Amino acid sequence: MNSIEQNGLNVIADKPEYTAKDFSSDADVRWCPGCGDYSILAQVQRTLPRLDRKKEEYAFISGIGCSSRFPYYMNCYGFHTIHGRAPAFVTGLKVTRPDLSVWMVTGDGDGLSIGGNHMMHILRRNINCNILLFNNRIYGLTKGQYSPTSEVGKKTKSTPFGSIDTPVNPVRFALGCGASYVARTIDREPKHQQEIYEDAYNHQGTSFIEIYQNCNIFNDGAFSQLTERDVKDDNVLPLKHGEPMIFGKESDKGIRLNGLRLEVVSLSDTSVEELLKHDESSQELAHTLALMIDRPGMPTPIGVIYREERSTYDDLANGQVETAIERFGEGDLEKLLHEGETWVVA
Amino acid sequence: MIQHEKLENVVIRFAGDSGDGMQLTGGQFTRTAALHGNDLATLPDFPAEIRAPAGTTYGVSAFQLHFSSNDVYTPGDVPDVLVAMNPAALITNLIHLKRGGTIIINDDAFDKKHLELAGYASNPLNDDSLSGYNVVRLPLTTGTLKAVEGLGLSNKEAGRCKNFYTLGLVYWMYNRPMEPTLQWIEEKFSNRAELAEANAKALKAGFNLGETVELFNARYDVAPAKLPPGTYRNITGNQATALGMVAASQRTGLKGFLGTYPITPASDILHFVSRYKNFGFLTFQAEDEISAICSALGAAYGGTLAFTTTSGPGVALKAEGIGLGVMTELPVVICNIQRAGPSTGMPTKTEQSDLFQALYGRNGEAPVPVVAPQTPGDCFWMIMEAARLATKYMVPVFFLSDGYLGNGAEPWQIPAVSDLPDMKVTFHTDPDHFHPYSRNEVEARPWAVPGTPGLEHRIGGLEKHHGSGGVSYDPGNHEMMTKIRASKIAGIANDIPELEVHGDQEGDLLVLGWGSTYGAIHVAVDRMRARGYSVSQAHLRYLNPMPKNTAEVLKQFKRIAIPELNMGQLSRLIRSEYLVETVNWNKVQGMPYTAGELEELIEKLLSGEERMNPVDEASMADAR
Ligand code: SF4
Repeated sequence: MNSIEQNGLNVIADKPEYTAKDFSSDADVRWCPGCGDYSILAQVQRTLPRLDRKKEEYAFISGIGCSSRFPYYMNCYGFHTIHGRAPAFVTGLKVTRPDLSVWMVTGDGDGLSIGGNHMMHILRRNINCNILLFNNRIYGLTKGQYSPTSEVGKKTKSTPFGSIDTPVNPVRFALGCGASYVARTIDREPKHQQEIYEDAYNHQGTSFIEIYQNCNIFNDGAFSQLTERDVKDDNVLPLKHGEPMIFGKESDKGIRLNGLRLEVVSLSDTSVEELLKHDESSQELAHTLALMIDRPGMPTPIGVIYREERSTYDDLANGQVETAIERFGEGDLEKLLHEGETWVVA
Repeated sequence: MIQHEKLENVVIRFAGDSGDGMQLTGGQFTRTAALHGNDLATLPDFPAEIRAPAGTTYGVSAFQLHFSSNDVYTPGDVPDVLVAMNPAALITNLIHLKRGGTIIINDDAFDKKHLELAGYASNPLNDDSLSGYNVVRLPLTTGTLKAVEGLGLSNKEAGRCKNFYTLGLVYWMYNRPMEPTLQWIEEKFSNRAELAEANAKALKAGFNLGETVELFNARYDVAPAKLPPGTYRNITGNQATALGMVAASQRTGLKGFLGTYPITPASDILHFVSRYKNFGFLTFQAEDEISAICSALGAAYGGTLAFTTTSGPGVALKAEGIGLGVMTELPVVICNIQRAGPSTGMPTKTEQSDLFQALYGRNGEAPVPVVAPQTPGDCFWMIMEAARLATKYMVPVFFLSDGYLGNGAEPWQIPAVSDLPDMKVTFHTDPDHFHPYSRNEVEARPWAVPGTPGLEHRIGGLEKHHGSGGVSYDPGNHEMMTKIRASKIAGIANDIPELEVHGDQEGDLLVLGWGSTYGAIHVAVDRMRARGYSVSQAHLRYLNPMPKNTAEVLKQFKRIAIPELNMGQLSRLIRSEYLVETVNWNKVQGMPYTAGELEELIEKLLSGEERMNPVDEASMADAR
């Protein structure tokens, strides 16, 4: 069941036919030429026409940073807020306006550094929204300082001798916060992105999507191992629910569980039956898959890593209102003002 | 034979260990006095620690109550009666007591250990240090234990009934019925019958003690006050604020939302509002202060009447969010229940030192309207007013209450719902020539909420182009927008009541105040007028903008004195706005001004003893 049916609105019937162009605003796009953000924008604009919503029902909320310019380019309702706080705006909006489709756009700095606290809480509360976290492992808008997802030893303007702090792994972070939906995709994979965005939209709860995004100005090639034609298939593991984990240019490699650890095996000496099958509903597996990017020699999983059906905060909060009305009747202000003890002075 | 004596005014102060239940005792006496028809005001005075070590001075919790057959404006300068449950309560509260006043002492608690904990070198009951007072020594603990004997309570539970035992005694003294409290006990302890019985017994035993001990030579009657006709309830400022939020939501026709983070002394507002869900009013306990303001702005963006409640340290964290509210011109009400600062300061103590923070505490030119209630009941009206201004002018509005108003109580005449202002809000829906930053006759931009077809637009913290609302770095546009944001706020002066003068409209001295000092100033001015002095009162409920006749009012007086619970913030504002001289009276002790203190200050000033204000002296010393 999708959110619209749940909200009792029947908007599908009179939804106009849209194209990607309908979602493109007249603002000039100001990202650097060649930036991965362009592709993400295009894929979102291509996905929305397929969804069962009218244009005016979308609200795009962002924080601060290159990624957070996103709402200006969408011909929907948009709110470019302050650094790191987008989750709080999303929460206030979605709880009071559960009828809207709310999308949050953030980056590795906005969402995991200055806004890490809010990110934690929106994920555990399970506000029904979609979070697009553009991870380029660098600070773009402030011109090239290292970010909380930058690898140790990264030399940047602010770390001429190399960064020394252990990076945060966004997928592990999200899972640790109790996210009900965690996925990963890549700016250079248009079709994959569109699939994930549509799937995330249909998920009830906070859909957290980490998008690897190339900042060609300050961190060019950060994900080239995952995007360059000659190497990517050997380094990317596309996840499909219920299917064995196979990857490689020749689809000749797989992932097997050995004790509590994952290992890469060659299909020339291992049968497909021995491979690990993806199970989106397994939290244990999700945590294991999340660790793969930190394990040398392991491919990077993309796709839906974890999915869980559970109540959303917005539904529960509004449910309490409904229950209160059922139990006590619609609020009567006259009565409320007179609650407790009163006395009359004649 | 015990006589009955009639009194007009009584001030009682209950003081004990935080575990002694003095707030409850005071609260019950307040209820009973209110139901009897007295006018009253209360001052809870409790420590920041939830359970400080028993018997220590920093664990002392007090509750002061002033009830009268006349109008009451303050909780009273000095108590007539002090109830001291232990030596620490006596040593910390004796300074508050009137010479010749009555001290009711719990004799059982004046043992060596408790005297030492309080810092007494010798027992004050045995020397002449209390000779100026009427000391009534009673074994309140043993009396209580005896009263509840045989009910199967633990020693600790039995001992805790002593607040009701004490309350019973005070009820006897002031000839008050026990029924309201007995009823309350029954409801409160409905699932612990033995505790209900014990507390009821303790209350009655305390009452009987008054009859039997013959330590008192009179009982006192305080007749009901002649309040304007109507239905009344007792209300604290925080309660009134909560009710006003719901009323504002109903009268604007908007859903209500309170995004907040718990902080003393504001948390009660959340506690109250979270119970009003059947009004469609949502509360959100955010992860921090920043999230609280941002969630409120998110709700406002969606077309909801949004509030956030906090105290000074929380406002500091919310500053960037409020600035975004100014830039995006979204309506939100920020309630600061002020407390003593800076930093964590004294969380449970009152102060008015966040006026500048409200006015200026943001980056850039970011003016916002600021309103301040002057009594607990006025919180209801001013929070509604804040909501009216926010939605009409599309702007964040500050509501500056304080711990004294928030926790203090007074009888409140309940208004008829039909008499509440109509604040109906209509969203913009017409897509024809829609510009998100166009202006109406009061320079407000349209409120166009997501979900409205044809009005899709983007807002944000970057400077907006006048009219279209597109991002603009144009120098001329920025200056124009800065001026529009300011003139929109300034224009509110045409939409608020004029400043009223209490007393003669001209004269030697105007005492100008704002916020919670209203009651003390009122009483002091009236007393001085009765003594023939030429002094009047004016009180600002609007700090930005100020009423448009303010300059006119100031001109009618030879001198202007401004008492504040800060180092002179309103005073500086008045000087810079109106280029007039002011006399600063400042108190930053975490306690409100008493009327007596102000009376003395007025007298000194008018008899020429005080010429120069202390801030001037200080700054001149600096200059040298
Ligand atoms: S700085 Fe990097 S992330 Fe930002 S727009 Fe340019 S390429 Fe994109």
